[in-house]
Amino acid sequence: MLGSFAVLRKQSLLGDAISHAALPGIAIAFLITGAKDSNTLLLGALVSGLIGTFWIRGIITKTHLKSDTALGLILSLFFGFGMLLLTFIQKLPNANQAGLDKYLFGQAATLVESDVWMMAIVTGICLIVMLTFWKEFKILLFDADYTKTLGFNTKTIDILITSFIVLAIVLGLQTVGVVLMSAMLLAPAAAARQWTNSLAVMVFLAAIFGAFSGVFGTAISATQNNLSTGPVIVLVAGVFVVFSFIFSPSRGLLFKQIRFIKNRRDLQLHKTLAFMHHIAETHEDISHPHAIKLLNNFQGYTKSTLQKLVEKDYVKLQGNMWSLTKVGFDTAANLYTKQSTEDE
Amino acid sequence: MSNAQFEIQLIASLVAVACAIPGTFLVLRKMAMISDAISHSILPGIVVGFFITHDLNSPLLILLAALTGIITVVLVEYIQKTGLVKEDTAIGLVFPALFSIGVIMIAKNANDIHLDVDAVLLGELAFAPFDRLLIGGTDVGPKSLWIVGTILLITITLLIAFFKELKVSTFDKGLAASLGFSPAIIHYGLMSVSSVTTVGAFDAVGAILVVALMIAPAAAAYLLTTDLKKMLGFAIGFGIFSAISGYWVAHLLDASIAGSITTVLGLVFLLVYLFAPTKGIIAVMYRERQQRIEVSLLTFLLHLKNHDEVEERHVNHLREHINWQKVRAKTVLDLAQKNNMIYIDNNIVSLTEKGDEFTSKAIDYIITNEDGQIEDMKDDFFLFRG
Repeated sequence: MLGSFAVLRKQSLLGDAISHAALPGIAIAFLITGAKDSNTLLLGALVSGLIGTFWIRGIITKTHLKSDTALGLILSLFFGFGMLLLTFIQKLPNANQAGLDKYLFGQAATLVESDVWMMAIVTGICLIVMLTFWKEFKILLFDADYTKTLGFNTKTIDILITSFIVLAIVLGLQTVGVVLMSAMLLAPAAAARQWTNSLAVMVFLAAIFGAFSGVFGTAISATQNNLSTGPVIVLVAGVFVVFSFIFSPSRGLLFKQIRFIKNRRDLQLHKTLAFMHHIAETHEDISHPHAIKLLNNFQGYTKSTLQKLVEKDYVKLQGNMWSLTKVGFDTAANLYTKQSTEDE
Repeated sequence: MSNAQFEIQLIASLVAVACAIPGTFLVLRKMAMISDAISHSILPGIVVGFFITHDLNSPLLILLAALTGIITVVLVEYIQKTGLVKEDTAIGLVFPALFSIGVIMIAKNANDIHLDVDAVLLGELAFAPFDRLLIGGTDVGPKSLWIVGTILLITITLLIAFFKELKVSTFDKGLAASLGFSPAIIHYGLMSVSSVTTVGAFDAVGAILVVALMIAPAAAAYLLTTDLKKMLGFAIGFGIFSAISGYWVAHLLDASIAGSITTVLGLVFLLVYLFAPTKGIIAVMYRERQQRIEVSLLTFLLHLKNHDEVEERHVNHLREHINWQKVRAKTVLDLAQKNNMIYIDNNIVSLTEKGDEFTSKAIDYIITNEDGQIEDMKDDFFLFRG
């Protein structure tokens, strides 16, 4: 859901950065408490994720470094620091440390009931906040300057959205792991984007796509041995995206191609008609028959275009000869004048 | 310092240099995230290569991995070109998908070998010296030293050979195209070098560190200079420095070398980010503050010039009128007084001759907006010097 905002805000890779940046937080939380309580660890992840995000923002606004550099920088630096801490922890005499790296790759199977409840609650809070601030979010998304002139505190809204994205990511970490989290955030939203231009529909669709890929992915990975859940979920989501790219009615590649071909056909048809009109003009009788051969030299002429013209009742065929009908002549004349007026 | 320690540091430094060079161009071309994408998506290439050769050290692995890296770039560009999503979304979609394929392939078929996801992502520099290359039975050094060295050599050769082309196409694509270099070839060339470097280095230092070594030194260097050659130099310097000092930090803490090199890189960047002379955060904030005060001062002087009435010029009234906080008003007043722009008589503020002249000039400048006017003003006042 929140992925929709990330995609539209051109912050898609933020998810990737945050999920990596959360690692040192997990490690530090563990170092401080010495226990593997998932809530504390998540809190740590949340805090370090937020620090990472705001540092990224600071770099972008205060220096001339671009967002991609800032993201890559924070991502790798935080992750490296996290690794340092993790290896440091491994050397400590604490039996609890095993399994911390589970957070790296995620394991949905290790989730216990309380985790699920926690997720449900957080999702619920996200939903409520999103609905309350729907208008503000929307307006900030599409026209930040306008929002400012309306007197909204853009900074607060911005921070609110970002915090919730971070929260969602941190929660998701447990399920799919660091690397694949960004796909979980992006894929449903990118797929949903192809089907609609409306934000509300998009968010709704993204939620559905996300849920479906979660369900299918888990189901597939459960049927086979040795198949970790995260990657399968991501691949299922990827299939959704590819499917949407190809088949979405208004933006999809397939329909784009079809439209493209159709346009070209139309153009050829018009060209043929115009050419016929040109010939017919030289005769007094517009329906004077001409040989089909005449058209052969003309580019854009095919048998099927001629057939189509006949179907539209613009042209009559008699053996090897064709002649324009009255309707065809008028249409062609119109076409011609339309073109010339457009040229001017 | 033992031989192994020296070798580790040498490898780390070589990797740092090999990464810094393409990294600089990636940062300048706003494609830094591509390196992250490549470092993840080479996984399936490595896995496939492993299935074919059953040897983790075969050169085919590097070749295939580099190929996957290029496939990633092509896929990202293709998706982006359809116009359905933005570039960053395209990157974010492609590499997790490829990575998932890699993970699944490992999980399904290679469970019992030591091709571990962790190893791919994180690498372990400490073992690098133990994996030695033997030629004719003699020990010629660690294998990764040779791999990284070769890659570095190729990179440097390419850099020197195509420096001009790279430079032009990085900063002005249109000019490069009109001069007859194909931007596409240079683009893919750079991408290939990046993927080969990533792959060659990942074995030694891990994917994440590769990304860090590519981006962080270049970003820090970019904050310090705008000259391409200097930037390359700085980036290489930062890289080597962090590699060596990172090793010693790891030695001290008994932790992962890759992690501590990254941490040192992070510290270096943080320092540069804070203290860079013109682009650092402190410099920027100081400048912004200065400008704010200067603008306030100008507003204040203009207000004085506009109003001759005594009640408009009372110290307390000014505060209400221009709507300033107490502290700010005082700063501005002091500043103006120090510069001999105003004098305060019985709590009534008036412009001095100098202040009057200055304000007229400022008005002239604001009205005409010509740069010629500003030149003289720069001399007698610090405003507009930014």
